[in-house]
Amino acid sequence: MNETVGIVIVSHSKDIAKGTADMVRQMVGSEVKVAFCGGNPDGGLGTNVASIIDAIDDAWSAKGVAILVDLGGAETNSEMAVEMLEPERRKMVVVCNAPIVEGAVMAATEAAGGSSLEQVRAVAEELTAG
Amino acid sequence: MTLQPDMFRSLVKVAAEQVIASAPELTALDQAIGDGDHGTNMKRGFEAVLSKLDTISAQPFDEALKTIGKTLVMTVGGASGPLYGSFFLAAGEALAGKTLPEDLADVFGSGVNAVSARGRSHAGEKTMLDVLVPVLETLKADAGRDDLIERVRTTASEAVERTVPMQATKGRASFLGARSVGHVDPGARSSCVLLHAVCSTLEARP
Repeated sequence: MNETVGIVIVSHSKDIAKGTADMVRQMVGSEVKVAFCGGNPDGGLGTNVASIIDAIDDAWSAKGVAILVDLGGAETNSEMAVEMLEPERRKMVVVCNAPIVEGAVMAATEAAGGSSLEQVRAVAEELTAG
Repeated sequence: MTLQPDMFRSLVKVAAEQVIASAPELTALDQAIGDGDHGTNMKRGFEAVLSKLDTISAQPFDEALKTIGKTLVMTVGGASGPLYGSFFLAAGEALAGKTLPEDLADVFGSGVNAVSARGRSHAGEKTMLDVLVPVLETLKADAGRDDLIERVRTTASEAVERTVPMQATKGRASFLGARSVGHVDPGARSSCVLLHAVCSTLEARP
């Protein structure tokens, strides 16, 4: 099987992140690597850079990783996490400007077909443009 | 006055303690126009900084600032982690090969630019930049003056108050639109707390 773009879901709530990942898995099966994280370093609502880096590692693919986020802090922390990766991996990870649930499902569906990272991102972000 | 390691340690310690002490106020401000976690997030981050105070104090200043930045990035848990973290990471980067207090405006300015880039924001949008940018201007304009510390303190206080009538266009408060008007911005307030802690520590030096 050819490698597919990995998907990372970052929510302030671990329950939302997990629920979104469950939906993605039900729709696209296990052919796309999906990782999720949620919660601040104490386990309360929030996001944290270390968990995001771990999730990127879990979903890592030679084709790259697309991150879907919910609110502002999730985006800022995801961008920070990407910047803390080694330079050659950094350019293979994108934070999508898309709604978290719909974006994750659309991105994963596109990824399952073997699309490039840019195509996966574009499909997720069409939701915002519309 | 050249910055001495003992003074640097005090600056970090007092700044962290002041932020931790102001956590309830920051949270109350954030409950009004944000998601109510700014106080607890900043407290968590600066408690982590305090726990590394010995390590930080033993490092050269540029490395110490980067350790503070990285600690905040990894422990704060909200957008303020990368924002404050980027400030200290960039300031540490800029400090290499420079001296304090001569190059203070340069170093501080690098930090401010990093916050601006990370948040894709600039002054006037009801954020911490509405304190950091005016303070940077004071540092540039009044460098070398005997009353520089007092001027920084006043600039920061006045800048916080100027966020009250602003409408937020960045960050969580922007969801509120016009309803964000009439409240102090929590990030502006936490920046002011940090700056005031630095001012007080410098003024109290023997």
